[in-house]
Amino acid sequence: MEHIVIIGNGISGVTAARHIRKMSDKRITIISAETEYFFSRTALMYIYMGHMKFEHTQPYENWFWDKNRIELKKGLVSKVDIKSKSLHFSDGEKMNYDTLIIAIGSKPNKFGWPGQDLDGVMGMYHKQDLENLEKYAPNNKTCKRAVIVGGGLIGIELAEMLRSRDIPVTFLVRESSFWNGVLPEGESQMINRHIKNHHIDLRLSSNLQEIIADDNGKVKGVILQGTGDIIDCDVVGLTAGVSPNIDFLKDSGIDLGRGVKVNRFLETNVPKIYAIGDCAEQHEAIGLRRPVEAVWYTGRMMGETVAQTICGKKIEYKPGHWFNSAKFLDIEYQTYGWVFAKPKDYETQFHWKHEDDTKCITVSYHKETGEFLGINTFGIRMRHEVFDQWLTDKKDIHYVMKNLSQANFDPEFYKKHESTILTSFQKSQLQTA
Amino acid sequence: MSTKLDHSMSLASPEPKGLSTKQKISVAIGLSGLLILLLAAFNIDFPNRPLFLALSLILITIGTIIFANDAYLTKLEGIKNDGVWFKSISSRGLLGWMTGILLTGFYIILYFYPQYIGQGVDGKENTGLIALFDPLSYLLKGQPASQWFVYGTLYTVAILVFGYKFILKYRHNRYQQLRTVSVMFFQLGFAFLIPEFMQALNYPYYDFKNMWPLNYYFFYDWNINGFLNSGTLGFAMLLFGILSIFVISPFLTYKYGKRWYCSWVCGCGGLAETAGDSFRQLSSKKLSAWKFERWSIHTVLVFAVVMTIAVLYSYIGKNPDRSIFTRSQFIWAVVSFLSLLFIAILIYRRKRLDKDAKFAGGAVLLTIVGVLLLNHFSEGNKIFFIESYKLQKAYGFAIGSIFSGVIGTGFYPILGNRVWCRFGCPMAAILGAQQRLFSKFRITTNGGQCISCGNCSTYCEMGIDVRSYAQKGENIVRSSCVGCGICAAVCPRGVLKLENDKLEGRINSNEILLGNDVDLMDYVNNQKN
Repeated sequence: MEHIVIIGNGISGVTAARHIRKMSDKRITIISAETEYFFSRTALMYIYMGHMKFEHTQPYENWFWDKNRIELKKGLVSKVDIKSKSLHFSDGEKMNYDTLIIAIGSKPNKFGWPGQDLDGVMGMYHKQDLENLEKYAPNNKTCKRAVIVGGGLIGIELAEMLRSRDIPVTFLVRESSFWNGVLPEGESQMINRHIKNHHIDLRLSSNLQEIIADDNGKVKGVILQGTGDIIDCDVVGLTAGVSPNIDFLKDSGIDLGRGVKVNRFLETNVPKIYAIGDCAEQHEAIGLRRPVEAVWYTGRMMGETVAQTICGKKIEYKPGHWFNSAKFLDIEYQTYGWVFAKPKDYETQFHWKHEDDTKCITVSYHKETGEFLGINTFGIRMRHEVFDQWLTDKKDIHYVMKNLSQANFDPEFYKKHESTILTSFQKSQLQTA
Repeated sequence: MSTKLDHSMSLASPEPKGLSTKQKISVAIGLSGLLILLLAAFNIDFPNRPLFLALSLILITIGTIIFANDAYLTKLEGIKNDGVWFKSISSRGLLGWMTGILLTGFYIILYFYPQYIGQGVDGKENTGLIALFDPLSYLLKGQPASQWFVYGTLYTVAILVFGYKFILKYRHNRYQQLRTVSVMFFQLGFAFLIPEFMQALNYPYYDFKNMWPLNYYFFYDWNINGFLNSGTLGFAMLLFGILSIFVISPFLTYKYGKRWYCSWVCGCGGLAETAGDSFRQLSSKKLSAWKFERWSIHTVLVFAVVMTIAVLYSYIGKNPDRSIFTRSQFIWAVVSFLSLLFIAILIYRRKRLDKDAKFAGGAVLLTIVGVLLLNHFSEGNKIFFIESYKLQKAYGFAIGSIFSGVIGTGFYPILGNRVWCRFGCPMAAILGAQQRLFSKFRITTNGGQCISCGNCSTYCEMGIDVRSYAQKGENIVRSSCVGCGICAAVCPRGVLKLENDKLEGRINSNEILLGNDVDLMDYVNNQKN
C-alpha cells in the first residue's frame, strides 16, 4: 500500500491527510516534533490569556486519528533522503515513504540581534514558545516589563497576551505607524491609538540594537538603536515576521528558495514530493499574492488541493480572491480583495471612520473604470460570500456602496452604519468630481 | 503551561492577576448580605425582619454592582474572558466545587427538608429564613412566605443582579444586552410579581410564560380545577396555556428558533445566562456527551408525555362533567395526534433525521400507542399499568426536583450552566425538534474565515462543538442550540452570525470552503450531493 508521509501536523498537513483519507485507503502518517495532536496555532494566545485550555485548541478529539487510520508519529526529522525515499529522525530512527508532503510551517525571524538567544527571549509561534512565556512571564511580579520587537500581527497579539496579566509592555515598531506596510494610513493610525488606549507603550520608528543579559545569561534589558536608550525588561518577544522552517532540507536535493519551491500543482522538483502551507514557495506569485503565504486558510486550501492531486485528480492550486482577517486587541479586521497601504497608480481609495475611533472601512476601486477592487473593514463584520461574488462580477464601486448592507455580518440589533458610509462616499465623489 | 491548570485546586491564589481591592470589598459586601440569610437559616431571629431582609438583599445587590462596575467599566469594551480558566470558581477549582456542594445542599433542603430553613409545618408559624421573608410576602399577597416564595425571591434577585453584570460584560453587544433585559423582565414580571399579585386577588398562581411540559403540573387536576374555578379569566388562562403549547410556541420557534424561549423568556434559561454565565465553558463538548444528551433529554420528554397522558386520563375519568372528551375519545385523539405527527415528520423531514432517531422515535411511539390501547380496552383506571398519581409523584421527584433543581442548578460550577436545559428539559426537546425540522433560524458561518481557534466551542453552554461546523463552512442547525449568541460574540474573526432566513440552503455542508478554486469547490462539493 502506498505510504504517504506528511511532515508537520498543522492545518496544511492535517487537511491534506483528512482529504486523502476521504478519497482513498492509502496509509497515512503525520509527523510532528511539536505536539502529539493537531492544535490551532492561532489559538495559542488564548491559553496564556486563560480563555481556553490547551485541549480546547484541538479541533479533533484524540480518538479521531485512530478512527480515521491516520498514524501520528512524534519526532524531529533531521534529513530527507530522496534516493532511498526515507526520512532520518534526530534520534537515529528511519521511516520510508512513497509520497512525501512537506508541511513543516514557519519559524520566527531573528535578524542576528546581539543577545537574541538569551534566556527570556522568545518568539510566539510554537507551543514551546508559549511554555517559555509561561515560565518567564507568569505574572507582573516575575516579569516587570516585556519588550516586543516587531509590529505585525503576532506582535500585537503578544502585547494583548501580556496585558491580560497586567504586565507592562513596550512595543517597538520599526515603521512610522503600526503595520503600515499593509494597512492604509487612516486604519493604521486608528490602531496606533487603540494600542495606546490599552496602556501599551507603543514606540514607533524604533529599532532594537541589542538585548543585554544579567549575570545568569537572562535578559535584563534592551538597547534602542539611535538613541542608545536602555529599557529594563524581563522578557523580549521577537515578532518580526516568520519564514519557512526548512533548514533540515538543505542539501537534500529538493529545490529551495526562501521556502520549498513548488509549481502550481504544489510539486517540488523531486517526483512524489510535495510542499504545502507556510513553507511552500511558488515559482511565480499567483495574482497579487506573495510567493510565500503564511496564512491559515492558504495552508488549508493547499492541503485540500494537494490531496486531489495525490489521489489521482491532478489539479492546480488556484486560490480565489484574496481575503483575510485578524483582531487587534478589541477591534476585528477583515479584508476582501486588495486594498494597498500605498495606493497603486490605478487605485482610488475611499476611507470612512466612525467617530468612536474603533470602526472604519477603506474601499478601493479602479480610478478609471470604477471597478470595485477590495475593502478593509474594522469593527464591522462583513460577509465573505457577498464580496467574493462582487469581486468575481467586477461590480462597480457605486453598486457596492449602495448595496453594502447586503454584506453586513454584524450580530442582530447592532447599529448599522451603511447609510452614513454611503452619504460620506457620495460627498467625497462630489468633491473629487 | 499545563501545570498551571492544576493550581486552581490549591488554596493559595494561583491567578496571575487576582481581584482588585475594590472587587475584594464588593465581595465582602455581597457575602455579608448572604451571611444575614445564612444566620436566619440557622434560626437566628432578627428583631426587625423587614429591615434585615431589605439590608440583606440590598447588600447582595450593591456588592454585585460594585464588583461588575470595577470588573468591566474600568476597561475598554470587548470580550472579557481573561483568566476564566485560571479562576478557581470558573475552572472547577476548589471554589467551584465548594459552590457546587453548597448549591446542591441548598436545593436538597429546599425541596425535601424546608422545615430546616423555617417552613412552618401543620399551620405553625414560619421561623428562621422563611420567616425573614414573611414581611415581603405579606406585602405582595397578604400571606406568609413559603419555601417557594423565598426561592422565587432569591432567584429573581440573582437574575436581576447578575443580569446587570452580564449587560456590562457585553456592553458592546446589543444582542446580548437586549436578551438579558428580556429575561430580567420576564422573571421579575411574569414569574415573580404577576403570579404573586394574582394570588393576592384570589386567582390561581400562574406564570404565563411557563409552558407545559417544562411546567409539568399544568395538566394536574388541582391546576386545571384552579383555572376552571376562576371564571372567565381562569378559563382564558387555561386556553392560553394550551394555545402556547400548540400554536404560539411552534410559530415563534418557526420564525426565530427556540432562542425566543430558551434565552429570551425562560426562567431556567434566565438564571443560566446571568448567574450561570461564569460556568458556560464547563459544558462537555465530547461526542460522547452529545450522544448521551440525545438519549437523556428525549427520555425525559417521553416520561413527561406519558405522565401527562395518564394524569389527564384519570382526570377525565374522575370529572366527566368537566371534560369535553370521553376517555375513549381522548385516547384516540392522543393516538392519532402522536401518529400523525410522526408520520408527517417521516414524510416531510426524513432526510434530516438520523437512522437511530427514526428508529427510537418509531419504537417509542409504537410502545406508547400499544400500551394506551391495551390498558384502555382492559377497562381499568390505569393507563400505563400503574396509577397516574404514582407516575406524577415519580416525575415530580426525579425530574421536577432532582434533575431540574438539584443537578440542574446545583451542578452549575461542575457541569456548566445548562445541564438541565441540555440533558433534561422536555420543553427544550420539543422546541429543539421544531428548530431542527421547521425553523428559519440558523447560525451562518462566514465563508472561509474560520481559523479553528475553538473559542466558539469552548464558550458554548450547550456543549455544541461549534467549531466543527464553522471550520467546514457549514451552518449550525442543531436542535440543542438555544441561540445565546456567545459563540458569535467570542469569535475573533467574525465568522458566526445568528440569523432567521429562508428555509432553502439553511442546512449546507461543504468539503471545500469558500476561497479556494471555484472549479475544485464545485467538483468536490457536488460530488457528495
